[in-house]
Amino acid sequence: MRNNKNSWSNKIPSWAWVILSFIAAIGVWYLLSILPKTSRAFPFAPTTIDGLLTMMERGVFWDDLASSLLSVVMGYGLGFVIALPVAILMAWYLPIRNILNPWIQFIRNIPPLAYVPLLVVCAGVGRPAQVTTITIACFLIMCVTIYQGVINVDETLIKAARVLGAKNRDIFVRVLAPATLPFILTAIRLGASVALTTIIAAESAGSQAGLGMRIRSLNASFENAAMLAYVIVLGIIGILLEKGIRLLEKKLTGWQETIK
Amino acid sequence: MMDNMLTNTYGAESGAAAPVKVQIKNVVKTFSGRNGEMVALNGVSLDIRENEFVCVVGPSGCGKSTLLNIIAGLLEPTSGEVYCDGRLVEGTGTDRGVVFQQYALFPWLTVKKNVKFALEMRGIKGREADELAMKYLEKVDLVKFANHYPKELSGGMKQRVAIARAYAAEPQVLLMDEPFGALDAQTRTQLQSELLETWERDRKTCFFITHDVDEAIILAQKVIVMSARPGRIKEIVDIDIPYPRDQETKMSPRFLELKNHIWSIVYQEYLEVRK
Repeated sequence: MRNNKNSWSNKIPSWAWVILSFIAAIGVWYLLSILPKTSRAFPFAPTTIDGLLTMMERGVFWDDLASSLLSVVMGYGLGFVIALPVAILMAWYLPIRNILNPWIQFIRNIPPLAYVPLLVVCAGVGRPAQVTTITIACFLIMCVTIYQGVINVDETLIKAARVLGAKNRDIFVRVLAPATLPFILTAIRLGASVALTTIIAAESAGSQAGLGMRIRSLNASFENAAMLAYVIVLGIIGILLEKGIRLLEKKLTGWQETIK
Repeated sequence: MMDNMLTNTYGAESGAAAPVKVQIKNVVKTFSGRNGEMVALNGVSLDIRENEFVCVVGPSGCGKSTLLNIIAGLLEPTSGEVYCDGRLVEGTGTDRGVVFQQYALFPWLTVKKNVKFALEMRGIKGREADELAMKYLEKVDLVKFANHYPKELSGGMKQRVAIARAYAAEPQVLLMDEPFGALDAQTRTQLQSELLETWERDRKTCFFITHDVDEAIILAQKVIVMSARPGRIKEIVDIDIPYPRDQETKMSPRFLELKNHIWSIVYQEYLEVRK
């Protein structure tokens, strides 16, 4: 790729790029909305917004959003609470690592949509199965990420702390915890994205409301504008979560050496 | 000769010699790996006297770092013992400070907080720790960088912080594991001079590992040449060049003489390794 320092593209400030990128996307969207092959699936912005407003008038949109977010937050929270200690135990105790790790890798590669029916059989239709699905998916990705972080803590730092007189407790609180923090935050970011992408699979476990459930029901009734609106809403939630967590990462782990 | 060293441990009657600070007795260290046992140290005995500056040179893989780690208490010898001030070394202790080649600064702490870490481990807290940390940073001329993070410093500055942190723990013995090995030649000579000045002032017992013969001679009173694996002490060379020394010392005839002598032993060992 050419990246000339003096090229015109370097003279445009980054906020302007955001606007340009947005305009480009609107352009593509408009194109999709007039091409015969795609026009039915991608109605242009005003129609899509109308579709969303209709859903609000019907009184379902906020219920859908609340229901999905509740499942996501519960599953994500539970997943994290389980992943943190399990990852630390895996990193510290070889037997636990050797027994658990292969299965975590195994399950991690199965799409959640495939095992949702099994969870429904166990946990019943509705919220419990939804939350369980998201919990499992989040647990797997966060556990793997945090575990990698704990085993990769620079051993010299532990040695350095020890020769300065640090006891095990000091080493845990003042060395291992901060050294692992970047990985924990990465896990939190990856987990959020997994939680969100799993919501569609989770809501196939049967639900009264929810963004994923609604997308499928709107699909069945050919309400494409509202469906597209819901898809975009999912995207917006995703990017907001990601940006928020990245901000947190920058604040908490700005001390990290970055490869320039 | 061995007997002589042992009597000196307790014998003030032996005259000018300072008491033994660190006594290494018949230390053997083997590592078991996939290809069977590997002998890293094969019976090393050495006395380090109080206020002495000892340098260890030898080809890579001669076990010099292993020896330092055993003195530090970070590794256990397979057999043999190490005594510090007459007490058996079992694990790490604040009487022995270590400076690592890779600096080992805590990247999430500022320069000042890295030094404070050492003070807090000694039970010094709050404002007293703040003030003391600045004093130690003054010694390495890094007061201006107190609130910087390690990532913002050059290699030489990082190592100065690490040295300040080691000093802040007020150890009896300073163990340095190729501390200047990762630095460029210019920075290295500068840090050598600074360390020399510090040592000439406070004469803290120092055990310094390097692969740089010049560095060993300019700093040390005694250079220990180790043999290739399995590591043993090949020769102990007394460096009779008087202090204060500086970079000029490297031009003196005696320096060159000693350098030639040590080089010839080290070179033989290099050839051994390459065989």
